[in-house]
Amino acid sequence: MRLPDKTCTIEDAIARIPEGATVMVGGFGVPGTPFTLIRELVRQGQRNLTLIKNDANERGMGIDHLIANGQVARLITTHIGLNPRAIEMLNAGHLAVEFNAQGILAERVRAGGAGLKAIVTDIGLATELADGKPRIEIAGKPALVETALRADVALIHAHRADVFGNLDYVATARNFNPLMAMAADMVIAEAEAVMPLGDLAADEVHTPGPFVDHVVGLTEISEEYAVVRR
Amino acid sequence: MSDARNRMVARAAREIAPGMVVNLGIGLPTKVVDHLSADFPVCLHTENGLSGIGPTLPPEAANRNLIDAGGAYVSTVPGSAFFDSAVSFALVRSGRLDLTMLGAFEVAETGDLANWKIPGKFSPGAGGGIELAQKARRVVVLTTHTDRAGNPKLKSACALPITARACVNRVFTDLAVIDITPAGFTLRELAVGVSLAEVTEATGAALLLPGGEIPTF
Repeated sequence: MRLPDKTCTIEDAIARIPEGATVMVGGFGVPGTPFTLIRELVRQGQRNLTLIKNDANERGMGIDHLIANGQVARLITTHIGLNPRAIEMLNAGHLAVEFNAQGILAERVRAGGAGLKAIVTDIGLATELADGKPRIEIAGKPALVETALRADVALIHAHRADVFGNLDYVATARNFNPLMAMAADMVIAEAEAVMPLGDLAADEVHTPGPFVDHVVGLTEISEEYAVVRR
Repeated sequence: MSDARNRMVARAAREIAPGMVVNLGIGLPTKVVDHLSADFPVCLHTENGLSGIGPTLPPEAANRNLIDAGGAYVSTVPGSAFFDSAVSFALVRSGRLDLTMLGAFEVAETGDLANWKIPGKFSPGAGGGIELAQKARRVVVLTTHTDRAGNPKLKSACALPITARACVNRVFTDLAVIDITPAGFTLRELAVGVSLAEVTEATGAALLLPGGEIPTF
């Protein structure tokens, strides 16, 4: 027996994303953001997307290109403070933004990836983020029901992949990537190195291959991945 | 940084006890690390997935994949660990975070904190702030005593949307160290050269005075 090869071209992988799709995008700031997959999604131009991402990157970087290109209808996120364009569009009513507490976004994604329907938490109970969410009582205390999140597509940035889609991540580029890699119907991973089967040791795998549908090897690490000089 | 701010940050650094797991919020709290000696036993946590933060690095020495939650390029120390965002907040919510230091727009005498939204002006989202404020074992705030217009930031109640209720234990300002007690704001220390009248004037709620002389910092 041999594990199947899931490598494909970036054009073919991104062409599978339909208009109106819900798309999870890994990354926290620059580390872990799949810049190359995002660039191809900008080039192909699918519109009316709902994005789920921790942050909105910075102006001129990452998902800011999708927002600037008018491809994003809705953004589910935790913090957009480094992207003035996203804030302006939110204030002008041109971009619908749903804010989450950061760890709750992570748990909603993890729950979606684990085949669960919701999580129950006391985080944010006293805040306006709780408005409209179902409340229940656990052991005599109030709690919020936060629905699980799944997406049509997840765009993942890995450090290394093997051809079957086993992935690992480095440093703080891990963040939301392994969670989102479990929570979408179609998972597309870009990797800085794509290796033959067996070269990524079983104990070193962070995301097991069965979660991943398509593996895209990066032929270059563009400027967007580089250290930002502020 | 002004002398008064530097003194406030240096004083706040003394809040960190050996052995603690600590998260320093974006802004002034990040500067606290400059006042810890290299061999001080503490584990600094950042919510984007690192325990054991090492020194901040200039761009030419930075690892492009290694930042803190504020986007600064940081390093590791012997014994550091990386983890995903779910694990990072499991650490926060389960009580493993001994102390967090946060900025504030307003702190109420009940310990309510507002630091994430000014309706119509500032709405970037709370990031990890709600969980840090609600679940760290001890929450201290570093802030100027008044805003740029001179209005008190310590008030009887928060007017802005709150981050978490009854969460703040202590406030370090450029004028004073103030504890939130069941009775309200209680003055613990005064900054050098600051009078009791100045602090009382700059505080937007009753300020309780303990008996005896008030130490300075």
